[in-house]
Amino acid sequence: MIGEIKELNLPSLLESVDQAASEAENFARQNGFDDSALSAIDMAMREAVANAVKHGNKLDESKRVEIVFINLQKGLEITIRDFGKGFDVDEVPDPTNPENLLKANGRGILFMRAFMEEVEWSNHETGGTVVKMCKLR
Amino acid sequence: MAELNISERQAGDITILDMDGKVTIGEGSVALRNTIRRLLGEGKKKILLNLAGVGYIDSSGIGELVSSFTAVNKEGGQLKLLNLTQKIQDLLAITKLLTVFDVYESEGDALSGYN
Repeated sequence: MIGEIKELNLPSLLESVDQAASEAENFARQNGFDDSALSAIDMAMREAVANAVKHGNKLDESKRVEIVFINLQKGLEITIRDFGKGFDVDEVPDPTNPENLLKANGRGILFMRAFMEEVEWSNHETGGTVVKMCKLR
Repeated sequence: MAELNISERQAGDITILDMDGKVTIGEGSVALRNTIRRLLGEGKKKILLNLAGVGYIDSSGIGELVSSFTAVNKEGGQLKLLNLTQKIQDLLAITKLLTVFDVYESEGDALSGYN
């Protein structure tokens, strides 16, 4: 149903990554997204929530991860907020630069951009990072 | 059941790791890391990762493949990849890591690729 909203509030645990991905898949499936889109949403969702839990909230179980799914006419919009110190996405090194290819980390943002048509990051006015991404229909 | 099961077999001085499951943040990535560390500790430096049974990998898992590759290289060994699913191939293409790893579709070809 267009306009349907679902909200999640999860602890900063690695297990939340699986839970969030599962909820995203269910929400997307119920709203008519095909298997290819579900796979892309799953991939991007896992990366976004893993970033929020690990890099944003630094696995601090007292901090939560807030997630909102909205079924829009144009596609599925997902917003993920953490309560960390925030970061500047433009300062994240490009993992595909030859000098960064052998680094162990730093590919999550690349995957999110690869699998969702729209991804943007902002710092919440009361703290933390908000990532908003959309899978178009 | 564990996220990632790793079975080990030998082909001469090459250790083949048949991997089955997910290589993702947490348990799966740690299982791979621990296995590679142990093999290097045992002096086994020619390692072939058979990824035929790996249906899912995330950026953390890709990072673990890279860490394994660099750890083995550092010890003067060689780490190669066998039987990538289309999904993993796509991820390695996105990350430009297909230019880094030696990737094979046949075990025989992979084994012949070691010095």
